[in-house]
Amino acid sequence: MTEMIDQIQKRILEEVADLHAVPEGAYNIRANGESAGRRSTANIEITSKTGASGIDIRIKPGTKNESVHIPVVLSETGLKETVYNDFFIGEDSDVVIVAGCGIHNCGSQDSQHDGIHRFYVGKNAKVRYVEKHYGEGDGAGRRILNPGTEVYMEAGSSMEMEMVQIKGVDSTDRVTTAELAEDARLVVKERLMTHGSQSAVSVYKVSLNGAGASADVVSRSVARDDSFQKFDACLTGNAPCHGHTECDSIIMDRGRILAVPQLEANDTGAELIHEAAIGKIAGEQLVKLMTLGLTEAEAEAQIINGFLK
Amino acid sequence: MLELKNISYEVDDEGGHVGILKDVSLALPSDRFVVITGPNGGGKSTLAKVIAGVKKPTGGQILFDGQDITGLNITERARLGISYALQQPVRFKGIRVIDLLRIAAGQELTAAQSCEYLSRVGLCARDYIHREVNASLSGGELKRIEIATILARGTRLSVFDEPEAGIDLWSFQSLIRVFEDMRKSIAGSTILVISHQERILSIADEIIVVADGRITRQGPREEVLPELIGTPSAMAGCEMLQERG
Repeated sequence: MTEMIDQIQKRILEEVADLHAVPEGAYNIRANGESAGRRSTANIEITSKTGASGIDIRIKPGTKNESVHIPVVLSETGLKETVYNDFFIGEDSDVVIVAGCGIHNCGSQDSQHDGIHRFYVGKNAKVRYVEKHYGEGDGAGRRILNPGTEVYMEAGSSMEMEMVQIKGVDSTDRVTTAELAEDARLVVKERLMTHGSQSAVSVYKVSLNGAGASADVVSRSVARDDSFQKFDACLTGNAPCHGHTECDSIIMDRGRILAVPQLEANDTGAELIHEAAIGKIAGEQLVKLMTLGLTEAEAEAQIINGFLK
Repeated sequence: MLELKNISYEVDDEGGHVGILKDVSLALPSDRFVVITGPNGGGKSTLAKVIAGVKKPTGGQILFDGQDITGLNITERARLGISYALQQPVRFKGIRVIDLLRIAAGQELTAAQSCEYLSRVGLCARDYIHREVNASLSGGELKRIEIATILARGTRLSVFDEPEAGIDLWSFQSLIRVFEDMRKSIAGSTILVISHQERILSIADEIIVVADGRITRQGPREEVLPELIGTPSAMAGCEMLQERG
């Protein structure tokens, strides 16, 4: 790992990007607002933006089986930043993009990272995108992450997004928008757990504009303690298309969850489905695992781990 | 091994208490295969739940190997060596069959070891171990997985609540073989099964009839079974299938 990374930052990188060493392939590591390491490859070029904070990632058409890691760590209290990262993904490429942001805040001031990611996915390109958020530190300062994600998908492209936020982020306001051309396919898997007095808002606006486009947006979440979550998913079908959104939540303690499903069909060929379920852990699930020898707390942990897997 | 002394279980209903179990006393020695039968609504499942700790009796005492376990919870009883297979198996999102078997065994299991338990309940293991125990499994598949978790635990006392329910396609012979294997592999183990199935009753050492919250008959199979043949307490397989439609 590069010398500019200290021990705390190293651990956070492991949490958000499974990074134990310098990643293979292209990468850009941002630590406390500055670049702490970057590598471009023959097919993937990373350059700094001029006039704004952030980077451009250009992936050449036909690039196969390559990956890009762009983790962000904040370990200084009181740091607030807004970063714009733009991904230009060439036609027919097949790549994995791992993002993620970890905040370590032991101070009394809020630390905040607002990452705006824009994806321009070329024709027939395939992208797998993984984004993990993590916060830690026992200071009074809050850890705030407000990710904005915009996805523009050309014909026949596909994108799988895995977004995970399990621990330590005090406040999140996430907005994800996507526009799909014909035969484009978007799959979103969101995993979210909030605790303490955290608040998490997740908004999706997906427009299915081309014939044969499909989107599947699935959120599984757990709200514990006094935390609050809002899941607001809107699918708009502007052509013959398939859209499915699902919000499946476990509520515990004094947690609160608001699910706002919205479907808008502007074409008779649009087939849109929404499912939402909120409930506490079923008593019989606890009973079953306790009859296998687990304590109630262990049973609860197993059920939640499985649910959020 | 297991002793119930004057167990009662009452629930509050409109206008007063209703007795589900009324002064039930019962002693199960080691190394026995005991079947409890009797009419629906007679208190059989409640009795199983009281033994497993899922329901707390409103009166009486439960002893396991001489130890008073009346005040122990489900987990404590499970750890002492009591297993309980639910009549209606539970579904879990995200927990796989192999995860459940590992929890049951209380240790890491290899895929091969997990497969062994599944094949004993007639499931082609490779197709199942990595599947989630969720709504994609049929009632019959869940029921067999439920039985496999009891095999993986290998405790001295195993209580099964209507193990044959929902496993029509699996031959009763296989289920009976599972019980016979269990008795052989766990020395001194006792198996308590709630069932109306004549084939299961016919391999019992002892039969107990529970009706209206009381034990109305208890004795060796040779004595009790002939009295039950032809009644709803001892149904032949085809009658059961007809009744379920």
